[in-house]
Amino acid sequence: MSAKPDTLPDMVTRMTRGTPQSSALGLRPMSAEAGVACMAVAWRADLVGDPHSGVIAGGVITTLLDQTCGMAVASLAEAENRLTGLATLDLRIDYMRGAELGREIIARAHCYKLTSSIGFVRAAAFEDDEANPIATAQATFALAPPPAPK
Amino acid sequence: MSEATENSGESLAVRLAGLLETVPYMSFLGMQAELAGDEMTGRLPFAPHLVGNPMLPALHGGVIGAFLEMTAVCQLWLLEPHRRLPRAIDVTIEYLRPGRPLAVHARANVRKVGRRIANVHVEAWQEARDLPVAFLSGHFMLSPPAADSAAP
Repeated sequence: MSAKPDTLPDMVTRMTRGTPQSSALGLRPMSAEAGVACMAVAWRADLVGDPHSGVIAGGVITTLLDQTCGMAVASLAEAENRLTGLATLDLRIDYMRGAELGREIIARAHCYKLTSSIGFVRAAAFEDDEANPIATAQATFALAPPPAPK
Repeated sequence: MSEATENSGESLAVRLAGLLETVPYMSFLGMQAELAGDEMTGRLPFAPHLVGNPMLPALHGGVIGAFLEMTAVCQLWLLEPHRRLPRAIDVTIEYLRPGRPLAVHARANVRKVGRRIANVHVEAWQEARDLPVAFLSGHFMLSPPAADSAAP
């Protein structure tokens, strides 16, 4: 298939940069290994969700968590040499607190189980301490079936 | 229809338009809204920066989730437009179909409003309402009634 295999961080960077919404939010891939991905988003005035507080919108964190969860599934599928298309089936997010003003937000996602067709993922968003999360997420992703042999 | 509400439909519509302009992230998404009485329909016109999968192309799942969440927040805010915006406590988003490169519409159903917490379900569709793209259900923290600025 691919002539030159990417490393997993390369693949995650390429997939994220190739996603218009991730570029528009300025999502920054930080690291990737099989089943684990980290990504960050910087505070920006145009991403504020409550003009009274200046806190970044929950929707930005939703997209950051969705993208990071997807990349955790993709990196595990890629490590097992069976990455096809991915679609979010279900995403649950618990918002513990508002993000601190002006600070970068990091998301770390772990795909703890990948069956033949479904990836199960947990993730958290935080400034610098995963034990003090802004939000946590639980998601399932559907992996497209492998292409039919030609 | 009923003009008996405290806020006339027109002034609510004006306030809602003002809200959509003053929340930067709603402008970033390009979110719009229409009011029929006190019932709001959120509208997210297609824009290239909303795409998550350029191969299909499909809208980013996070964008659809965020739009559903904003629709819930706006519908709750309309109940008490003098208060600050409600905040999401938890949301569950179910994705039924890929979001095609078209406008998305969303309608929120406020299931319960307590003193502090509301339960809301939201439905999103594109070309036909009986072909939903996604659902959201969630709990939202309402802002305190006093028109003070000390609330978190």
